[in-house]
Amino acid sequence: MTREGEGRKLQVKEPLIFELSSPGRRGVRLGPLDVPEEPMDALLPAEALREEEIGILGVAEVDVVRHFVKLSQMNHGVDTGFYPLGSCTMKYNPKVNEDVSRLPGFAHLHPYQPDHTVQGALQLLHETEKYLCEIAGMERATLQPAAGAHGELAGIMLIRAYHEDRGEDRDVIIVPDSAHGTNPATAAMAGYRTVEVPSDERGCVDIEALRAIVDENVAGLMLTNPNTLGVFDESILEIAEIIHGVGGLLYYDGANANAILGYSRPGDMGFDIVHFNLHKTFGTPHGGGGPGSGPIAVVPELVPYLPAPLVECNDDGYHLCWDIPKSIGQVRAFTGNFGVVLKAYAYIRSHGPDGLKAVSGDAVLNANYLMEALKAHYYLPFDRTCMHEFVLSGRWQKREHGVATVDIAKALLDYDIHPPTVYFPLIVEEALMIEPTETESRETLDAFIDAMIQIAEDAAEDPERLHEAPMHTPVRRLDESGAARSPVVCWQPVDEADASDA
Amino acid sequence: MRYLPNTDADRKEMLAAIGVDSVDDLFATIPEKVRLGRPLELPGALSEMELVGHMRRLAAENVSLDECVSFLGAGVYDHYIPAAVDHMLTRGEFYTAYTPYQPEVSQGTLQAIFEFQTLVTQLTGMDVANASMYDGSTAMAEAALMAGRVKRKGERVLISEAVHPEYRTVVGTYIHSLGWTMDVVPAVDGATDVSALREALDDDVVAVLVQNPNFFGVVESMEELADLSGDMGKAQLIVACDPISLAVLKPPGQYGADIVVGEGQPLGNPMSYGGPYLGFFASTQKNIRAMPGRVIGQTTDVDGTRGYVMTLQTREQHIRRERATSNICTNEALNALAATVYLSLMGQEGLREVAEHTTQKAHYAARAIADLDGYGLRFDRPFFKEFAVQCPRPAREIVAALLEDGIMAGVDLGRFDDSLEDVLLVAVTEKRSKEEIDRLVAGLEGSA
Repeated sequence: MTREGEGRKLQVKEPLIFELSSPGRRGVRLGPLDVPEEPMDALLPAEALREEEIGILGVAEVDVVRHFVKLSQMNHGVDTGFYPLGSCTMKYNPKVNEDVSRLPGFAHLHPYQPDHTVQGALQLLHETEKYLCEIAGMERATLQPAAGAHGELAGIMLIRAYHEDRGEDRDVIIVPDSAHGTNPATAAMAGYRTVEVPSDERGCVDIEALRAIVDENVAGLMLTNPNTLGVFDESILEIAEIIHGVGGLLYYDGANANAILGYSRPGDMGFDIVHFNLHKTFGTPHGGGGPGSGPIAVVPELVPYLPAPLVECNDDGYHLCWDIPKSIGQVRAFTGNFGVVLKAYAYIRSHGPDGLKAVSGDAVLNANYLMEALKAHYYLPFDRTCMHEFVLSGRWQKREHGVATVDIAKALLDYDIHPPTVYFPLIVEEALMIEPTETESRETLDAFIDAMIQIAEDAAEDPERLHEAPMHTPVRRLDESGAARSPVVCWQPVDEADASDA
Repeated sequence: MRYLPNTDADRKEMLAAIGVDSVDDLFATIPEKVRLGRPLELPGALSEMELVGHMRRLAAENVSLDECVSFLGAGVYDHYIPAAVDHMLTRGEFYTAYTPYQPEVSQGTLQAIFEFQTLVTQLTGMDVANASMYDGSTAMAEAALMAGRVKRKGERVLISEAVHPEYRTVVGTYIHSLGWTMDVVPAVDGATDVSALREALDDDVVAVLVQNPNFFGVVESMEELADLSGDMGKAQLIVACDPISLAVLKPPGQYGADIVVGEGQPLGNPMSYGGPYLGFFASTQKNIRAMPGRVIGQTTDVDGTRGYVMTLQTREQHIRRERATSNICTNEALNALAATVYLSLMGQEGLREVAEHTTQKAHYAARAIADLDGYGLRFDRPFFKEFAVQCPRPAREIVAALLEDGIMAGVDLGRFDDSLEDVLLVAVTEKRSKEEIDRLVAGLEGSA
């Protein structure tokens, strides 16, 4: 087969916007001022006024547009090609959801408008909360957290509030060794010590090890199920019993919820708190790294501690309720990433119960199809039916041919395929975590299989080629350690005197 | 089924390749006891056409600010968004990408964020900036946590009463987890009592948090803040500000701020009922390794071509886990892109024009309102685009009365503080015409 990316990638070199700017140019001008003009120093104290220039001089609109269009052309997105980035659920983002989010009746609402002028928005929030609770098997939810990790933080704060309210001082959060990095980071940020529980040989929580570490100091356990190996932990009810047995709570990291919609609910597994990443499971775009949205849903016992405001409904309609006496407070100003929530709402309404179940069905089917086809070519450390994702290891290529997982990832770029998540989870050597999602066709999956097999062959026959990859991307391998050693994190104008010396 | 390309024939062949009979067989690893034995109770699927109709009906249940004249502010502002901004955001290559883990195919996002970081340092007068936080309030809370890392000792923060009340709640919520305390330092006549701040300072204080212009719109005394920062030792002065104001107001880097944060929404992002927005976060060079969040850095590739990467990643959760500077992963990259396109279109001259028109119009409105019988400015202080109006009766009644005429008169401060129930916070941007301001003034006069 041919390497599809070869020779057809745009080789774009685009200056920085600052290097395009020149005095006197403007993209946008306002009309004349229509109120009587006063000198600025008559309106504001002279010593408060800015004296120096800001920096960006000005660029014509056409050049601003070309600049950002060229930048966009240097990106790989779901709209340009396959993006099997494990644990990130890079599914197709429906275009109609973009359109409806831009309706002025949604986009041009101020968070402090009186409630009766935003009944549609409040209804949408209220219904989204209800839907997420039904999908999670929970009682109430807050839509305030702006991302998954933000939901985690809010969730662990709820765990703290719950124990504090019972007069208990617990200081440990347990996380599996396969957990997302955000889990231990969240626990630390919320003031907890993390204790790691190892995985067993099947990739699940080691039950005996868990029993050995739990005691009355355990505030909770954070778990994703299916876990980061793509394996459903069959002992989940036992795990819940162990944690609840010592008075702890169970937190469900919803990063992998795309595997279970309509099949199983975290609430029924014994979890007490669930976060969803709306930008993963419910099809809202990832935006190049946000905005996301990370609502959390909880069991009845935790409802009193939810952050304010909650949307309530009575005979007068919908309103924001700020009066929550035992609330942890707020994790963000206002009601959250409304513009993201509404796309998730539209996604849920487009799918309905059968559609959501079919989403998980095809997500799991696609993952197993890839796993089955690739396991002869790459080492599969946990050879069992996977859920929506699975983890391969590049250890054969590494040991036999000196080709590392990073080389495999970079080689994929020349096929116009975004590589899987690499070197994660940490418990798998040379890990490649692959999540195809349900929105990819069999042809796309087959092309990925062909590329991976070709790369495995190249690793054996021409490893140097892989060390050199990528060849056909806008830039090639970048010096990351140099960037970290002496960080340059913003543009500096070239001093003309220095430049002429050089 | 919407968005699922597999046909039944595909599924059959794929299942055969896997060696199972049905999709449900793949779920056999889920124990019977935790399986949902019924369909989810959700409304049935809508076609695209039905969905559009439904969403339009919901949107019509709201009063969009396009249908009325708005003087709402309090942290979220109705500035003009040039058409080109949204055209850039709707490029699929931007909005359907994720965090730039593979820099070779993410140079668009990386370079745009590098430009964003540069713009933030230029506006704030600071050395370094990160790739964005969730919003202004969480940026402020993360700044307080960072102050703890920088100072290493201490468990107390001081926050001005003139900081946005929701921001104060968010900061309090974040630091409570660490067992820290937050003391609110009073505002006098709408401005932070800097001498009270100084008196409250002790060794245990890691951060002093102020907002400028503050929640009431008042421009704080930069001289006093600069003096205060001289007395703070290793405690960090954290200033939250409105980015538009920085086109006309002295940047906080010049009056001693150690960390500058703020809400980036006014830069090209719609109000969208509270989000998504973006927090900006800037600090000094020596603090760079204590910063939370993604940071983009410049480097070169193997051919010597300039390029950009996520850098200083050893601060971050995916490497450092429980020792990370923050748990933040997904941030607000697309909103930061909107801010970058906005500032590129405006240039410094355009941004200054926006800020000056805003200032002129706000002062025109304030003068006219102050002249009305029964009304007055609550505070005798300099302000930028927002000011507190003392009303002859509860502000919520005035808000309700003017809404009848299609005017959102401002934010009723009674919602935050009972003692301010007669106070209306009015914000004016460059979008408000003289005629619209005159309508507000007439409306207030009629509701006195």
